[in-house]
Amino acid sequence: MPVTNSPRTLFDKIWDDHVVERLEDGTCILYIDRHLVHEVTSPQAFEGLRMSGRRVRRPDATVAVVDHNVPTSDRSKPIEEPQSRLQIETLEKNVAEFGVPYFPLRSASQGIVHVVGPEQGISLPGMTIVCGDSHTSTHGALGSLAFGIGTSEVEHVLATQTILQKPAKNMRVSVEGKVGPGVTAKDIMLAIIGRIGTAGGTGHVIEFAGSAIRDLDMAGRMTLCNMSIEAGARAGLVAPDETTFAYVKGRPFAPKGEAFEQACDYWRSLASDEGAYFDTEVTLAAEEIVPSITWGTSPQDVLPITGAVPSPSDVADPARAAQIQRALDYMGLEAGQTIAGTPVDVVFIGSCTNSRLEDLRAAADVLRGRHVAEGVRAMIVPGSGLVKHAAEAEGLDKIFLDAGFEWREAGCSMCLGMNPDRLTPGQRCASTSNRNFEGRQGPGGRTHLCSPAMAAAAAVTGRLCDVRELVKETV
Amino acid sequence: MDKFTELTAIAAPMPTENIDTDQIIPARFLKTIQRTGLGKNAFAAQRYDAEGNENPDFVLNQEPYRHAEILITYDNLGCGSSREHAPWALLDFGIRCVIAPSFADIFFNNCFKNGILPIRLPREICDELMDDARQGSNSRLTVDLERQVIVRPNGETIAFDVDPFRRHMLLEGLDDIGQTMAHDAEITSFEHRPSRAWVPSITIGTSK
Repeated sequence: MPVTNSPRTLFDKIWDDHVVERLEDGTCILYIDRHLVHEVTSPQAFEGLRMSGRRVRRPDATVAVVDHNVPTSDRSKPIEEPQSRLQIETLEKNVAEFGVPYFPLRSASQGIVHVVGPEQGISLPGMTIVCGDSHTSTHGALGSLAFGIGTSEVEHVLATQTILQKPAKNMRVSVEGKVGPGVTAKDIMLAIIGRIGTAGGTGHVIEFAGSAIRDLDMAGRMTLCNMSIEAGARAGLVAPDETTFAYVKGRPFAPKGEAFEQACDYWRSLASDEGAYFDTEVTLAAEEIVPSITWGTSPQDVLPITGAVPSPSDVADPARAAQIQRALDYMGLEAGQTIAGTPVDVVFIGSCTNSRLEDLRAAADVLRGRHVAEGVRAMIVPGSGLVKHAAEAEGLDKIFLDAGFEWREAGCSMCLGMNPDRLTPGQRCASTSNRNFEGRQGPGGRTHLCSPAMAAAAAVTGRLCDVRELVKETV
Repeated sequence: MDKFTELTAIAAPMPTENIDTDQIIPARFLKTIQRTGLGKNAFAAQRYDAEGNENPDFVLNQEPYRHAEILITYDNLGCGSSREHAPWALLDFGIRCVIAPSFADIFFNNCFKNGILPIRLPREICDELMDDARQGSNSRLTVDLERQVIVRPNGETIAFDVDPFRRHMLLEGLDDIGQTMAHDAEITSFEHRPSRAWVPSITIGTSK
C-alpha cells in the first residue's frame, strides 16, 4: 500500500505496509505480525488482560519462551530460586489460559527468544516483530522491523495485535570494503557505536548497508542488528537478499513451496529505492576496523584492542571528564594504560548477541588444542537447545570441555545476571554480550565487551589480548 | 493509570549522562510478577552498600530528596533495557516527572504509560533547573501539563513540548488499549488484506 510514489527506504516500506490507521496527530496504529513473549516482562501484561476481561487477539501470531530467568545448569532438577520458579510457572499458567504457543524449559527448541525466533522461521523478512526486550532489534537482520517494547505495550499488543507509534527517522550506516582477518560483526558494531555514541541513533531506525554488511552471514547480521539499541536506535535492519532467503528456507514456521517463492518476490521488493531519503548517513571503511573491546561502563566506551584507555584530561566537558573518571574507578583501570594485557577472571561466551552456531565455531577455532589459563572461569552458554545440539554434532562441545570451558544449557545467563550466573564484586569478565553497564553482570562486576574469538583468546591467555596474535598462523 | 495535571514538588538533581535502566533497577529485582514494590530497590547499587546500608552520599538518601517527585538528569536518560520495571521503580519511589536534555526512546515511551511525564529541555535549561533543585526544600518546581510550563522557584516559567496525544492521555489518565480497541473493525479489515496472505500462522503445543 504505497502512500507515495517518491523513493522509499526499507523501513518506510515495511512501515507503510503495516499501518492500519493514521490518527489525526500522525500517531499510527501499526499492525504487529509477530509478538514474542518471555517470562520477565509479561506477567503484569497478562494480569492486565485478566483484570479487564480481555483475550489475546492473535495467539497464532504470538510465541512464548523462557530465557531470562532460567538456570543454565542441570535441567533435570527443579529451579531452586523460588521467585524465578514463580515467574516461570506464571508464564506457563498464562500461556495455557490464553492459548499462546510456548517452548517450555525442557523443550529441545527452548532458548533465548532472539535466537529462537529466527531459528524457527517464526521471524521472517518484511514483518513487524515486537517483544518486551530491547534486543528484539536482532530480528531486523532478516529485513524485518523489529523493536523492543515495555510491558504496557506487551499488553496492548496481546489485546489488539497493534501498537501506537509515530514513524522513526531513517539512518543509513554503510560499511564499505572488506574487513581484515580476525574482525567480526561484533567488531564492526562496536566500531559503529564508538563512532555514533549510545544516543547516536535515538529516534532512528538504522539500515545497515554496504559491501561489508552484504558479506556477513545471517548470524553476523543478527549480532549487528542486536546492538542497534546500544547505539540508541529504535531498530536496526538489513535488506533481505539471497543470503536471507537461503537462511529462511525450510525453517519450521517459514512459508513452504509456492508460498515461499511468492514471499521471496515480496521480500525482494522491500530493498530501499535508489534515491530514498535518509535523515542521517554514516559511512565506515571496513579496512579501518580492528578487533574491538570496551574499556568503560557504556558500550560507546570502545577501543581497538591495540589502543589505550582514555584520560579525563582528554575532554573539555567537566561532566564527561567526571564520567570517564567514574568509569575508570569502577573498572579498576588507569587513565592512559593499554587495554591489552589486562588480566581477566571470567570469560562468558553467550547472549542474544553472540551465542549462535557460527559464534561457537569462531570460539572453537581459537580454543582447539589450547587450554583456559589458570584461575580463569570460562563458560559457554549456547543460544538455544538446537544450537547446543548442532554444536555437539560437530564436536564443538569436546573442544570447549577439553579447553576447560563449562558447556551449559541455553538461556540469557550472565549477560544480565538475573539467574545464578553472575560476577562477584570486582571480577573482570571478557564477555560476548551487549552491555557493560555498572553491575550488569552482577553487582560490582566489570565487563569488557568483545567478539567470541576475542573472548576465547582472553580465556586462553588469561588477559585481554589481540586474537590476531594468537591465531596468526591460521587467519 | 493516575492522571497527571499539575505537580508542585521537590526535584532531585542527578547531573549524570546515560543513566541506564540497569542502574534504575538492577536485573536481579526483575523477578517480581507485580508492578509495585520496586521503589525500595530503585538505584540499588548507588543507594545501598554491600550490607544494605544507605549510602549517605547518594542524592535520594538525602533530605529533602528522599521525598523528590521530580528527577533532573543529563543526556540519554533510561538507555539500555526495555524493562518497564524502570518507570515502575521510579513511580513506586514517588517520581512523577523526569526532566533531561534527551531520553532513550523505549524508556521515554514507558514513562507515559505509567503516568510519569518525561520532559525534554536543552542542557542549559536543565542546568538552571538543576541549580534550583540544589536549593533543597525551599525550592520546589511546579510542572503544569495543562499549560505546558515549568514554574521555577523565582517565578520564571519555562515552556516545554509534549506530544498532543500523549498529553491528552496523561491529563485524562486514559488506558490506550481501550482507545485502540475502538478501531477493531479497521484492524480486522487489515488482517484480511489479500497482500497479507503469505504470513503464516503459528501453532505449537501449549502444554509442557
